[in-house]
Amino acid sequence: MDSVIRSRTPMARVWRLLLHATLLLAALWYLLPLAVMVLTSIKPLEEIGAGSLLALPENPTLAPWLKAWGSACTGMRCEGMSGYFWNSFAIVIPAVVIATLIGALNGYALTKWRFKGAELLFGMMLFGCFIPFQVILLPMAQTLGWLGLSSSRAGLIFVHVVFGIAFTTLFFRNFYVSIPDELVSAAKLDGAGFFRIFWRILLPVSKPIIVVSVIWQFTQIWNDFLFGVAFSGYGAQPVTVALNNLVNTSTGVKEYNVDMAAAMIAALPTLVVYVLAGKYFVRGLTAGSVKG
Amino acid sequence: MKPVSTPGDATHTRPSMAGHLQAWLPKLVLAPSVVITLCFIYGFMLWTFVLSLTSSRMLPSYDFIGFAQYARLMNNERWWVAATNLGVFGGLFVGLCLVLGAGLAILLDQRIRRENVLRTLYLYPMALSFIVTGVVWKWLLNPGLGIQAMVRGWGFESFDFDWLVDPDMAVYTLVIAAVWQASGFVMALFLAGLRSIDDSILKAAQLDGASLPRVYWRVVMPCLRPVVFSAVMILSHIAIKSFDLVVALTGGGPGYSSDLPATFMYAHAFSRSQVGLGSASAILMLGGVLAILVPYLYSELRSRRHG
Repeated sequence: MDSVIRSRTPMARVWRLLLHATLLLAALWYLLPLAVMVLTSIKPLEEIGAGSLLALPENPTLAPWLKAWGSACTGMRCEGMSGYFWNSFAIVIPAVVIATLIGALNGYALTKWRFKGAELLFGMMLFGCFIPFQVILLPMAQTLGWLGLSSSRAGLIFVHVVFGIAFTTLFFRNFYVSIPDELVSAAKLDGAGFFRIFWRILLPVSKPIIVVSVIWQFTQIWNDFLFGVAFSGYGAQPVTVALNNLVNTSTGVKEYNVDMAAAMIAALPTLVVYVLAGKYFVRGLTAGSVKG
Repeated sequence: MKPVSTPGDATHTRPSMAGHLQAWLPKLVLAPSVVITLCFIYGFMLWTFVLSLTSSRMLPSYDFIGFAQYARLMNNERWWVAATNLGVFGGLFVGLCLVLGAGLAILLDQRIRRENVLRTLYLYPMALSFIVTGVVWKWLLNPGLGIQAMVRGWGFESFDFDWLVDPDMAVYTLVIAAVWQASGFVMALFLAGLRSIDDSILKAAQLDGASLPRVYWRVVMPCLRPVVFSAVMILSHIAIKSFDLVVALTGGGPGYSSDLPATFMYAHAFSRSQVGLGSASAILMLGGVLAILVPYLYSELRSRRHG
């Protein structure tokens, strides 16, 4: 339909200009918070009170970043975000690996070894993607206590795996459905077993869906706050909880530049993933929604 | 899959045992996930429901009092504030995201040269945590140092934008931040939908002399109904679950004016020693999600059956 728009009448040119202006304006609106966050995080505190939001820093400094990383107070402790940043990695990496592995095997079993009731089981697991987690919060807190996992990283890993496998199973199931069954049945006739077929036939073609699953789980778990705040005591807290504590700790002067640097620290890992692998990120976002 | 064995074959028991194992392996592999789902999702849902029927306060107790907690909830002013807020927030959030997302997708679909860059910029907020979004917008909306101060600095001395500290307006700050975060995602959904529409339909409509807006409204939009539908599902789901954003942006305040059911539940179950009441509110949230989800799953299944 661009033939209509592209015809070189003056009217069309005005419309084209307007179109670009609108799109650019939208881009600015999305960029504004990020720009303000970065600008504020490298300004000394005096400049923040005196200048406006978008003013460029006169004496840019990295001090707020260093403080946010190493010595800002998050609640009672004043050791900055660094410990929690690594905590998040220590929680995210095992949780992502375990959930993706289980999801891959589930998806494979559900699609290539169909048995009676498989669809029902899948529907049942799928439901787990949609419940509001408030409805399992209290029993989970008590169960983690019984298992001796409360306030620990292992407990958080466990919770994230439990609620991650619904999504990873969904991803792999939908991906494996599109792989021809003939490949698998031929291998079955040759006498290859369950794991051998998975290893030799399914896994080698699974790279794209593994990337989607890993990225999706990484962003979800890294950005989680509800489980982090409900199930972790001191020591096991993820970076989102630490950021919230840091911003709400009021000791003396409010240091907005440190707040913004801390927010950047919490945001950077997922932003980096998004910039490097945006295509897969979008696919993960839409996989669960557009079509099952 | 059945083991090949001829009658009278002396070694036929061996392959058949291996065959049995092979037949059971897929189920064995699925078993842990099924057990986990049964216990930790369905079992816990039931458990929470049971708790909502008890008088539990700081710790769960099993002293049953029927539906009294639900009755208390219905008489709880703070719950009604939270539920009303969810209506306002959810309605505006879903509506604005749809309008903005569909609009941007249509504009981006006009063969824009830098489409990739723009798309990346529109979508990046979705990669952030709601806590980060909340912290940033709290700073932008800070009356003394944020946008209000900036515009006043430009010479508009009477410019007012202090919604964050205004009990009547605080809930709208949640809308602004949430729309900022999620509208790019809706744009991506719509763009994918637009790209999947057959060009010949559009050409035919234009040959009939339909104007461009008319083509979009009459021909394109009906094709995008499934996209609209999934977008509404996902967005309302995000709205009902919204917890982190409230915690980071308004803290539910001023007072409890910007509470949502998710923060209400957390506050009562974890900080205010009202486990029974908190459970009741969680069950009502589940009811809300089901009310949205069941029609969705129903139509999904139906469309799949009819191809």
